[in-house]
Amino acid sequence: MKILVPIKRVVDYNVKIRVKSDNSGIDIANVKMSINPFDEIAIEEAVRLKEAGKASEIIAVTIGPEKSQEQIRTAMAIGADRGILVKTNAPIDLGGVEPLAVAKTLKAIADKENPDLIIMGKQSIDDDSNQTGQMLAALLGWAQGTFASELEINDGSLQVTREIDGGLETLELKTPAIITTDLRLNDPRYAKLPDIMKAKKKPLEIIEPSDLGVDYTPRLEIVSVNEPPTRSAGIKVESVDALIDTLKNEAKVI
Amino acid sequence: MKTLVIAEHDNTELKSATLHAIGAAIKIGGDIDILVAGSNCDIVAQAAAQISGINKVIKADAPPLEHQLAEDIAPIIVDLASNYTHILSAATTFGKNTLPRAAALLDTQQISDIISVESADTFKRPVYAGNAIATVKSSDSIKLITVRTTTFDAADAAGGSASVEDYSAPASSELSKFIKHELSTSERPELTSAKIVVSGGRGVGSEENFAIIEKLADKLGAAIGASRAAVDAGYVPNDYQVGQTGKIVAPDLYIAIGISGAIQHLAGMKDSKVIVAINKDEDAPIFGVADYGLVADLFDAVPELEGKI
Repeated sequence: MKILVPIKRVVDYNVKIRVKSDNSGIDIANVKMSINPFDEIAIEEAVRLKEAGKASEIIAVTIGPEKSQEQIRTAMAIGADRGILVKTNAPIDLGGVEPLAVAKTLKAIADKENPDLIIMGKQSIDDDSNQTGQMLAALLGWAQGTFASELEINDGSLQVTREIDGGLETLELKTPAIITTDLRLNDPRYAKLPDIMKAKKKPLEIIEPSDLGVDYTPRLEIVSVNEPPTRSAGIKVESVDALIDTLKNEAKVI
Repeated sequence: MKTLVIAEHDNTELKSATLHAIGAAIKIGGDIDILVAGSNCDIVAQAAAQISGINKVIKADAPPLEHQLAEDIAPIIVDLASNYTHILSAATTFGKNTLPRAAALLDTQQISDIISVESADTFKRPVYAGNAIATVKSSDSIKLITVRTTTFDAADAAGGSASVEDYSAPASSELSKFIKHELSTSERPELTSAKIVVSGGRGVGSEENFAIIEKLADKLGAAIGASRAAVDAGYVPNDYQVGQTGKIVAPDLYIAIGISGAIQHLAGMKDSKVIVAINKDEDAPIFGVADYGLVADLFDAVPELEGKI
């Protein structure tokens, strides 16, 4: 079984982002970049399937600037066998390559690579759209198992447990299929130094969007990006009695 | 302007999230139709017809639609789409799962999780976990949109008398098959629509200790929430999680107990009207957003609060 794992270079989740002073977007110059955390879970899941003898090859693919090779190499250190970078200088967080365009790019790659399974993050932590996996499933005409917290593959049958409002839902999907990962699917491992060294030698193909016949003209115009309304700290109360008194008489919420 | 709202339901009850999505449709303006797709879902279609201001209910009632799988719902939306300028659903796990599948088939760039309607083609939506707000303008001829339910008022569930029109759905794709649900059963109000939410974090320490959170919640008639840390530690089920990747809540009163206030958690609750934090660490970031903070050991303060309230 061949698994395709799309990943994305995003601002590291620990970084406190800053809105650009001209309100055109987020200032991402000189900030730490990482693999989108949900995508890291996707790579880990693919690697576990390979370790269990259920997958034969893992291909990590990304769309982004030249430097996205760093994230492909990290995926390779975790266990991806080879990588594909679709190189673009268009912004990939806001106002550039949108989920639909990403899905079209990935469809073109899937048509070429014929994977049996695509595992990807449920959303990227920059644009927060939560669309790409569902869109890709639609374009390929495949089944989708979104927000997965458990994945079981046995003799060609694929069962996925999904995190839904109110609890969990288990589906059986026809393959090939798309899985999007939720947080509790697994705990990604840290890449070890020897694996990081080995990753440097794994094959990484760089292609252009035009090679795949996809167009990155945005459909959504970013009119402006602003700071959210801030909430300031209130007061500290000294005791439970004081808290109850304030909630009853000042805030009037109980 | 004509909007189609995708109803969320379990074949017996229309979910309140749908009323909030209709609230956003009202802001856009024009006629509003509702799609109720399910199996033996006539009671839901009748309830939808009672909602104030609805033009028409379209009912797709067929056994394969019982579990409303995205693979089978999306083609219905696509088939109906040409009659509409806007197609909306709540940004719940149902809406998030289904609408992008329809959007791709319509070659439309969906707008996720809007928090305001600026005009018929311009919307505000949070990005970077709510640390920035983007105003986006769509150039697509049909706009597919998911709606953050906490930021739009619910439409009035009564007072309407829309007609119900039958729609015969195409055969199932049979790409996916429902196996089972494991749903939390609770007498408490639903987390995303509760007036009061009591949430526990890692500081609560164990599944057993969560009983003190439950007691306080029951005294207040509140829903129970949790931080990601508490969910990951197995104290409570995943659907209790409040935060960027869990539920977004905005109750009148949010009580955060033993929650440090990681940015991911704040993204899910900072629009609450009044926030109370109880934490023994006076430097916890949660105090930076709390209207009222109490620096105390939660194992003393919470039972005392529950006893005296």
